[in-house]
Amino acid sequence: MERRPTPDELLRRVQAEERRENRGRLKVFLGYAPRVGKSLRMFDEGRRRKERGQDVVVAAAQDKVTDDVRKLLGCFESIPQISGAIDLPGIFKRNPQACLIDPLAYDNPPGARNAQRWQDVEEILNHGIAVITALNVHHIREQQDQVERITGKRAARSVPEAFVREAEEIEVVDTPADTRELAELRELALLAAADVVDQQLQEYLDCHGVVAHWGTQERILVCLTPRSDAEAMLKSGHRNAQRFHGALLAAYVEQDNLKPEDRAKLDQHMALARELGAEMHSLKGDFVGSVVELAQRERITQIFLGHTQREHSPIEKLIDYAENFDVRLFPHGDHS
Amino acid sequence: MTRGRLKVYLGYAAGVGKTYRMLDEAQALRARGVDVVIGYFEPHGRPDTIAMTKGIETIPRRKIQYGGSIFEEMDTEAVLLRKPAVALVDEFAHSNIPGSGREKRWQDVRVLLDDGIDVLTTMNVQHLESLNDQVWHVTGVRVRETVPDWVVDEADEVVLVDLTPRALRNRIERGAVYAPEKARRAMENFFTEANLSALRELAMRHTAHEVEERLFPPKPGERILICLTGRPASANLIRRGKRVADYLQAECLAVHVAAPGENDEAVNRHMSFARNLRIQTHVIQGEDIPRTLAEFAHSQRVTQIFMGRSGPRPWWKRFGETVVQQVVRQARDLQITIVAERRR
Repeated sequence: MERRPTPDELLRRVQAEERRENRGRLKVFLGYAPRVGKSLRMFDEGRRRKERGQDVVVAAAQDKVTDDVRKLLGCFESIPQISGAIDLPGIFKRNPQACLIDPLAYDNPPGARNAQRWQDVEEILNHGIAVITALNVHHIREQQDQVERITGKRAARSVPEAFVREAEEIEVVDTPADTRELAELRELALLAAADVVDQQLQEYLDCHGVVAHWGTQERILVCLTPRSDAEAMLKSGHRNAQRFHGALLAAYVEQDNLKPEDRAKLDQHMALARELGAEMHSLKGDFVGSVVELAQRERITQIFLGHTQREHSPIEKLIDYAENFDVRLFPHGDHS
Repeated sequence: MTRGRLKVYLGYAAGVGKTYRMLDEAQALRARGVDVVIGYFEPHGRPDTIAMTKGIETIPRRKIQYGGSIFEEMDTEAVLLRKPAVALVDEFAHSNIPGSGREKRWQDVRVLLDDGIDVLTTMNVQHLESLNDQVWHVTGVRVRETVPDWVVDEADEVVLVDLTPRALRNRIERGAVYAPEKARRAMENFFTEANLSALRELAMRHTAHEVEERLFPPKPGERILICLTGRPASANLIRRGKRVADYLQAECLAVHVAAPGENDEAVNRHMSFARNLRIQTHVIQGEDIPRTLAEFAHSQRVTQIFMGRSGPRPWWKRFGETVVQQVVRQARDLQITIVAERRR
C-alpha cells in the first residue's frame, strides 16, 4: 500500500541517504560460536569482490587460522597492525575500497587511539571505506545476559547492538550444533539476526512510504478491562509471545468515571503487564475503533480479549472488523 | 533397519546457495570416503554449482511421458537398488508429474529414508504449508508446491542457508541465477528488496523454531480444536490453528458438525487437508451446531477452540446470536479464537 510520506519522513529519508552515501558499507558475518566458518566466509567474500575488481585489503586477521583461511589470506594485500591495533592512518593513506577485519570484537591495547576495535571500524566507515567483518553472538553486548544464562560465562569483549544494527548487511553463518549449549546459542543468533532484519525491513518500508499491515513476527495485543481475567490473558499472552519469539503489547481504555475498585483492579492489571514486559498503549474514545486502529498500526496478529456473557458486548463488532488479526476470547474469571 | 538421516538446507529464494551448500557437504563426505550419489539435481545452468558435482555419481533420471511431452523425475527405485550411504535430492517441495508413482518428491525422500539411506535436500521457507497464508500476505504469491511441516520437523537437521537480499539481487543482476529476461522480471516482481527481507526473516525464525523443537521436545498439555466447515476460509483456519498448536506444542484436532445425511465435497477436502498436516479429524452429527461443538470440546478435554468468522447473516437472523456467540456462551471456560481471513 503506497501513501504520501510526511515532511518529517522525507527529511529523515534525505538525511539517512546522505549519511549512507558518504559512509562505507558494513557487512557482518554473524555466527553462534567460534569455528562455525565465519572467517572463511568473510575472506571468501573478499576474494569474490577482489575478483570483480574491487580494491580489498586485510586490516586485521586472527593469529590462528585454518588452512583454508590461510590460503585465502594469501590473496590479499595486508596493512600490518601497529602494536596490536589496526593502523588507521595507514589505512586512510592507502584508501582501499574495502577492508577485511577479523574479528570485530576486540579490545585494543592501552594507549591505542580507540579502546575497542568497533570504534576503529566506525572511523574506517566514516572515511567511505567498506568493511567486511565477523562477529559471534556472545560478543553482542545486549545479548550477553542471555548468553550467560545459557553458558554460565560472559565474554569480556563486546560490541554494542546498535552498532551491529547499523550494518547494511548481516549474514548468518549457520551450521548444525553439536551440543545442547551450542544449539541454544544457535537459536539465539538466528533470532538476533531475525530481529535486525525485521527492524531494517521496517525502516526500508517507512523510507519508501509503504504501510505494511502484515508482519513476519507474531505480535499479541492484550486488552485490559477492569473485569477481565487479566492475569490469565497476560500470562497466556506472555507465553505465546515467548513461544513465537514475538512481541507482547497491552492496551487499556482511558476512562474518567471509573469506580475506585475498578480503578484499583485496572492498575493492578497494568502493573502485571509491565512486569511481563508488555509495551503499554492507552486508548481513547470508541473501544472497537481505537483497538482496530492500534492493531493495524502495530501490525498485531492476535488480540486477547475477555468475554462476558452479557448481551451487546463490543466483541461481535470487533470480530466483524477484524482483518489480518485473530481474536482470542478468554472467559472472565467470575463466570458461573 | 535404522532409518536414514534427513538434512534440509533451508533458504528463502532461488539463488541463495542451497544447492551449492548441499554439494559442498557432499564433496566433503566423498573426501572422507562416504558413498554419496546424486538422486536428483537441478543445475539451472549455473556453472559454479555444476562444477561442484564433479566426481559424484549421478543416478540417471526416470523419463515420464505426460500430455505429449517427456518429463524427468528422480528414479527413486534406481536409487534404492544402488543403495548408497547418502543421496542428494534437490528441491524437496517439488510435485512429481502424474504417473511418477508418488505425488511429491518429499514422499520419494521418505522412501529412501525408510530404506536406511541418508538424504541431503534443499527447500525454501515459503514452501512450508503453515506459512502459506503469511507468504501470500507478504509477497502476493500463492505458493502451490508445499510441504507439510511435520515432514520438515522429522528432519534430523535443518540448516539455514543465508545470503543478504543485496547480495542475492547482485547475483541476479549478474545473471548468475536466471537468464537476463527472466532476471529482470524476477527483480521487479517477487525478488523485491522488501519481499526478500520478509522471506529471509521467516527463514531465520523458522530455523530457530526447528532448533528449539529439537531442544525441548513437546510436553502435551494444551489441546486445540479446529472447527471446520465447507467454507473456503477453512484452509486458512486449519493452517493457522496448526501453526499456533505447533508453536505452543499443543495437540491439534479438527471437527466438523454434519447435518444428518450431509456429504459436503468441500468439507471432505478440508478434512483430508487437515489429515495431511497430521491433525486428528472427527465428523460428528448434530442439529444444534454450537451445542454439539461445545459438548465435543469438553469431552475431548480441549483447552482452546479455533473457529472462522460466522458468515453473513440473513436479515431475519440479525437479532439472534451468531454461531460464534452461541459457542462462546456454551463453551464457558474455554478460550475461543476467531481467525480472521488474511487480506492484502
